[in-house]
Amino acid sequence: MSRAVPLFRMEGVSKRYGGVRALDGAELTVNAGQIHGILGENGAGKSTLIKIMSGVVEPDAGRMMLDGKEISFASPAAANDAGIVCVFQELSLIPHLSVADNIVISNPPKRFGMIDRRKQRAIAKEALARAGAADIHPQALVKDLPLSRRQMVEIAKALARKPRILILDEATSALTASDVSKVFSVLKRLREEGLALLYISHRMHEIAELADMCTVFRNGSNVASFATGTKSGNEIVEMMIGREYSNVFPAKTPPVLSEKPPVVECRHLAWTDQLRDISFSVRAGEVIGLGGLDGQGQRELLLALFGVLRGVSGQVLIEGQPVGIGSPRQAKRGEIGMALIPEDRKTEGLLLPMSVRDNLSFAALDRVSRGGIIDGTAEKSHIDEMIRLLAIKTAGTDIPAGALSGGNQQKIVIAKWLMNRPRIILLNDPTRGIDVGTKQEIYQLLRKLADEGAAIVFYSTDYDELIGCCDRVLVMYDGGIHRELAGEEITEHALIASALNVEEASVDRTRVAGA
Amino acid sequence: MSEISSSGRQRSNRQALWRRIDPAVATAFGCIVLLLLVGSIYSPNFLHLDYLLLQLKVASFLGVIATGAMLVILLGQIDLSSPWTITTGAMMACAAAAYGPVGVALAIPFGILCGVAIGIVNGIGVAYLRIPAMIVTLATNAVAQGLMVVYTGGFSPQDEATEAMRYIATGFLIPGVPNAVLVWAVVGAGAVFLLTRTTFGRAVYGIGNSERAAYLSGIDTRHILVIAFAIAGGLAAFGGVLLAGYSSKAAQSMGDVYLLPAIAAVVLGGTSILGGRGSYLGTVAGAILITLLQSILSVMQIPEAGRQVIYGVVIVIMLLLYGRAPASR
Amino acid sequence: MKDWKYWVAEQRGTLFAFVTFVVMFTIYVSNHPAGFTANVVQTAANKGVLLAFVAMAQALVVITAGIDLSVGMIFILTNCLASWIVVGTPLETALGIVGVLLAGLACGAVNGLIVIYGRLQPIVTTIATGAIFFGIALLLRPFPGGGVNEDLADFLTGKIWGVVPVSLLVLVAVVLLVWVPFSRSVMGRAAYATGSSEAAAYMSGMPIRRAKFLTYTLAGLLAGIGGLFLTFFTYTGEAALASGNAYTLFSIAAVVLGGVSLYGGTGSAIGAVFGALAFRAIGDLLFVFDLDPLWQPLFQGVVLLIAVSLGAFALLRVRNKLDWFT
Repeated sequence: MSRAVPLFRMEGVSKRYGGVRALDGAELTVNAGQIHGILGENGAGKSTLIKIMSGVVEPDAGRMMLDGKEISFASPAAANDAGIVCVFQELSLIPHLSVADNIVISNPPKRFGMIDRRKQRAIAKEALARAGAADIHPQALVKDLPLSRRQMVEIAKALARKPRILILDEATSALTASDVSKVFSVLKRLREEGLALLYISHRMHEIAELADMCTVFRNGSNVASFATGTKSGNEIVEMMIGREYSNVFPAKTPPVLSEKPPVVECRHLAWTDQLRDISFSVRAGEVIGLGGLDGQGQRELLLALFGVLRGVSGQVLIEGQPVGIGSPRQAKRGEIGMALIPEDRKTEGLLLPMSVRDNLSFAALDRVSRGGIIDGTAEKSHIDEMIRLLAIKTAGTDIPAGALSGGNQQKIVIAKWLMNRPRIILLNDPTRGIDVGTKQEIYQLLRKLADEGAAIVFYSTDYDELIGCCDRVLVMYDGGIHRELAGEEITEHALIASALNVEEASVDRTRVAGA
Repeated sequence: MSEISSSGRQRSNRQALWRRIDPAVATAFGCIVLLLLVGSIYSPNFLHLDYLLLQLKVASFLGVIATGAMLVILLGQIDLSSPWTITTGAMMACAAAAYGPVGVALAIPFGILCGVAIGIVNGIGVAYLRIPAMIVTLATNAVAQGLMVVYTGGFSPQDEATEAMRYIATGFLIPGVPNAVLVWAVVGAGAVFLLTRTTFGRAVYGIGNSERAAYLSGIDTRHILVIAFAIAGGLAAFGGVLLAGYSSKAAQSMGDVYLLPAIAAVVLGGTSILGGRGSYLGTVAGAILITLLQSILSVMQIPEAGRQVIYGVVIVIMLLLYGRAPASR
Repeated sequence: MKDWKYWVAEQRGTLFAFVTFVVMFTIYVSNHPAGFTANVVQTAANKGVLLAFVAMAQALVVITAGIDLSVGMIFILTNCLASWIVVGTPLETALGIVGVLLAGLACGAVNGLIVIYGRLQPIVTTIATGAIFFGIALLLRPFPGGGVNEDLADFLTGKIWGVVPVSLLVLVAVVLLVWVPFSRSVMGRAAYATGSSEAAAYMSGMPIRRAKFLTYTLAGLLAGIGGLFLTFFTYTGEAALASGNAYTLFSIAAVVLGGVSLYGGTGSAIGAVFGALAFRAIGDLLFVFDLDPLWQPLFQGVVLLIAVSLGAFALLRVRNKLDWFT
């Protein structure tokens, strides 16, 4: 590469969200005519990096330079104007508008003050052709296209903005194999045209095939940049390991072998294209972790078990008996006794404006009422017990749940389900965004519940938790269970390697575990 | 977030006391006092017990109807079918009276039952077909209207209200206290009990705040929605029965003038139009407030037109003060 | 090329409304005692055009996933106003028309201001403003009466070249002058985008609030045109509550029949126009079949109920039950 000024460079860029340090002194150099791969585990700072580059969020510190000149973006539009365009993983297309409408959405061609549809179609056609998706008709409605085609429209939309730097964030995750190869040839051609491409993916083989340079992120900063092919998959995994952790975990109880059937077992669970052939079982006293990169079907699996998804095929057995769970109401009933701590405590777990009391007893109203009439005394004693058990810090049970701290809110979500005395507890990333102290209390609680005989399925985006809390971890990839790790096998290296689908990782697992 | 210290706890106790007094409810009661004072300038009668009882009686009809409207609004929904549910209740009760002694005996329950039926259709549309409440209820309103037009031939029905209907609307069980007020008191007590002491009430508030969270907590939200709409329909029809008893007969479009006042009474009483928040005390205040407003406007000889305008303006202003959606987007 | 297929897919709702209208109208005229004559068409057009204007107004707002329950009252208010000021010399009449249109525009703008900048729910807001508009109408016309420039009225409700109803031509002109420019403008696209997915529209930096405000305002204008025409047909102004409520209700029915989704984002005002004409034709079917006109309100109500229930079929495709609650 020439020694000239790089196309884009960022130095010392930092960003905090509340108390969480998302990006810390990050540095990145992007050259024209290169594909630059970005790697890192969940929460390493990749998405914050992209958001800053594309003007979605503003950094707290640091500077960015384009063509050697310092720049800052007030909005995504400003970044677009400067030539930095991002293809987001979450689709930003407007479903009821046509493909052409969407491609020119931010700056449609106009004639006499009205949108020039003919010209718009021409632009869309050209952009689609450049994106290697000439088969998509510009007049088709986005909502009628399958997901993978929509992703192609996203890419075409980005190209229509004439970018100099194109950022692709997991842009291939929804694509079919044939689309992926088309996208790759398009990306390679764009590289030859002199574009700089930033490619974020969890698929290592894609990065290996495409990227000229790679940068690994960890803990919000870049740990290494190297030319592709100079490091093995295993070495890259090593670089991604090493997040700082300060959590202390309760001792794991060795699993007791028992003749009893597992509390919950699923066989060949499948749902649309997001869950495929999932079979596993959880015994009483076990904590099972769900691992893998974010969005590989872990949430859907928990929702499927809890009766929220329709058209799930396969079988669920509770203590050896096949059951059909059609709704959360059925799932929480005594004979099944399931509880789900949902993903978003603010919209799914709690009724924020309602009182702590109302929230705590909300899932267990049947237990504190007779004939539909709430027994205030019974309710109070149950609630007091829960507040004690989880050490919920609240100024009273009459204040709105929304007034509590995040950690205490999460405790209420857990407590409201414990009031039902569940045998099976599903947790969807329960420690996200809460303080360290509360996290530790939750770890202790989970182990205690397991020791008392509960079967626990625990999805976490934090690998450290999986290692510290779980007896077994199911690593998910593309909607299926990719690997199962048990006991000593659960190491950060093994988790990351299997999450990234790096095959050779298992070879020197022991060395890493010992290191 | 830091935990609450001991001095903070005292503060929060005081806050808890303040929280109990909903500012909207307090405002509504304040407005009632203000209206009475303003009214007494026009006519000293305004502070007489007889006048107040009369107003309370008139407010009872609105209060019963608003109770149903409140239940639906607490769910974050709306019932626009009340005009013709009221009329249906009134007409059907009177119609039943024409069918001999059995009809007379069953007039009131039959009227209410017709309202419940309309409410169930609303509820099914909203809960199971997921049609926006506004649209379903407008449609059932049109169907109810159509049915009544067919039934009555488009004229005011000749059937008279039964003795019992007249008695509950205009009689005096306790000397001095109009029966309508007693009826409202009973309905209100039932509503308070339902909302604060039963699992159903909790579920209503929960769904109003977040149907998603309620569903994930194992509440059969669709069931609750249908029941709530059915109750609302029944109460609207009961309101119609009372009105028919009050004026001895049912009339075409007699419910039309109650749609806005009923919703306004609920909203002015501090119930969030987005659902999930509100107390029955507020609805009581709202119903009295609206009735007094009407009374004063008529005492001041402001014509119907001016009343409509003032209504609308007052409601928009109150909504702007209390009912705004969060600014974030 | 199969371009036309995509065009059909995009215009499906409108085409459905058009076909419904053609079928219904054919049944109507073929059973009409007078048959397919210019007079029958003229009468049907005049009745249909009134609802068509109000339905267009409703469609604009519904496209942004909003609702305007005051359109019927704006219609009545402008009717009452027109019965005062659209009289006299040609110049006075012209000024009067401008005044009426401005009044409609102002009503819509009030709705828009309160809903968008006041962040209030459109349903309750427009019920409340509807009461205000009706109150003003009643102040203007406590009793039915007033007048209108009858020469103009007769011309606009008559026929041109002996066959074509002028009211239809005016309707076409309004579609071309108001709807077509709007739908092809950036604002129009923002309105569709907002109705389809407000989050995605926001992400794309579209002028969401201005677009919504514009739709409410234009809705007021279109309802005002409707009110003006009502005056031309009746020669009087009347603050009829029942009529205002009926037009609001029918406008929603017309919009649904016209393929405009109540969840926003799809359909067009042209669809709503055909929906309105079709709804009128359906309602009038009872007459040509000699059924008791008493059944008409019920019949229209049932048509509306069925029309709004059709959307429930989309629920069958929902695989994640949490999507019910969005």
